[in-house]
Amino acid sequence: MAEMDTSSGGGHKKGPGVKKGKKLSTRVDLTPMVDLGFLLVTFFVFTTTMQQSTAMKMNEPKDDNPEEQMKVKNSGAMTILLGRANQIYYYYGQLDVATLSEQFKSSNFKDIRGLIVEKKKATPMDDLMYIIKSDSSSTFKNAIDILDEMSISAVPPGHYAEVDISPAEALMIKETETANGIK
Amino acid sequence: MPKVKIPRKSTIVDMTAMCDVAFLLLSFFILATKQKPPEVLSVATPNSISKEVAPDKAIIITMTKDGRAFLSLGDEIKKGEILDNINLTKGLNLSAAEMAKFNKEEFIGLPFNQIKSALAMPTAPNPADMPGIPVKDSANNELVDWLRSVTNVYAGGNQNELQDMLLIKGDNESLYPVFKNIKFAFKRNQIYKFRIVTNGQPVPVGSELYNKAVAEKNK
Repeated sequence: MAEMDTSSGGGHKKGPGVKKGKKLSTRVDLTPMVDLGFLLVTFFVFTTTMQQSTAMKMNEPKDDNPEEQMKVKNSGAMTILLGRANQIYYYYGQLDVATLSEQFKSSNFKDIRGLIVEKKKATPMDDLMYIIKSDSSSTFKNAIDILDEMSISAVPPGHYAEVDISPAEALMIKETETANGIK
Repeated sequence: MPKVKIPRKSTIVDMTAMCDVAFLLLSFFILATKQKPPEVLSVATPNSISKEVAPDKAIIITMTKDGRAFLSLGDEIKKGEILDNINLTKGLNLSAAEMAKFNKEEFIGLPFNQIKSALAMPTAPNPADMPGIPVKDSANNELVDWLRSVTNVYAGGNQNELQDMLLIKGDNESLYPVFKNIKFAFKRNQIYKFRIVTNGQPVPVGSELYNKAVAEKNK
């Protein structure tokens, strides 16, 4: 395959004074070329399969009519608020003016998983409800990440919902942010 | 006893065949992989554990870092009909030639009142310089009109098919209100199911979902 027929066929002899040219083999060592070929193949295989966009399902509630809103038990509710600079704030049950500072706690995306699981284990499944509220200073990434956290913690659909933030909560976030020095 | 002679064989193997195979594979992979279209709008999508692959045939709403919204209708979508519908319902007064030009644009990112003048220009503006479809608040949300045209065109068809095509592709750093306004546009058109384009990532080890999957496997 790789060699060519270079013999001047028929054994025709040249004249006596003519020196015979040394016959060089035309066989080339193809090993490096094979190496290179497979190297490129592996490179392409690895680089092409890495990037794959996926699609995450989103289900929005049908209506924002407050009268039709689901009633949630105080004992089973955990409200997660998304704030500026990837900060998370949360409280259990309903915000009470008297115990506001005790109820309202800060967290972040690292610790929230533990808190979600803790709440899930401590609450009967029927009462469990996570209410997610995003502040206008939070990012799209935060909103998607927290929904992803819900699926990571295997919270069944219907036990978490996105709700618009109330002015009082937005104010609480703002005050906490200024107190913590988050810009 | 006569000695058994073992003929010495050369250890050189002909590499030609292997070389052929290697390059055949190489050319196959190069030709078989789909080239990613050059990204005019750079968007870094968030991560999620979702395993569903984003469809190629899609109606994508792109949300950039600075909060602009763009609509892109894929090649296999009834793009012409959607554009016709918007031309009619919003009274854009586009001529057939202008419509043909409009149809060629990949991203739609102009308010209705700027479309005609932009199409009159000899070269189409770069999507990166466009102001985006206005989605500021519920009163001034032109995406509602765009999505209405989409639902008009697909009305009577398979609604699940339409749902599978609707995608939001947002940048990590775009602010939540923009996303909320895009969701508003969907809801206004009675679309409650859509999907978000994300980067796939494995389920974190030790998480609830991971443990559940392991438990099911061991069953």
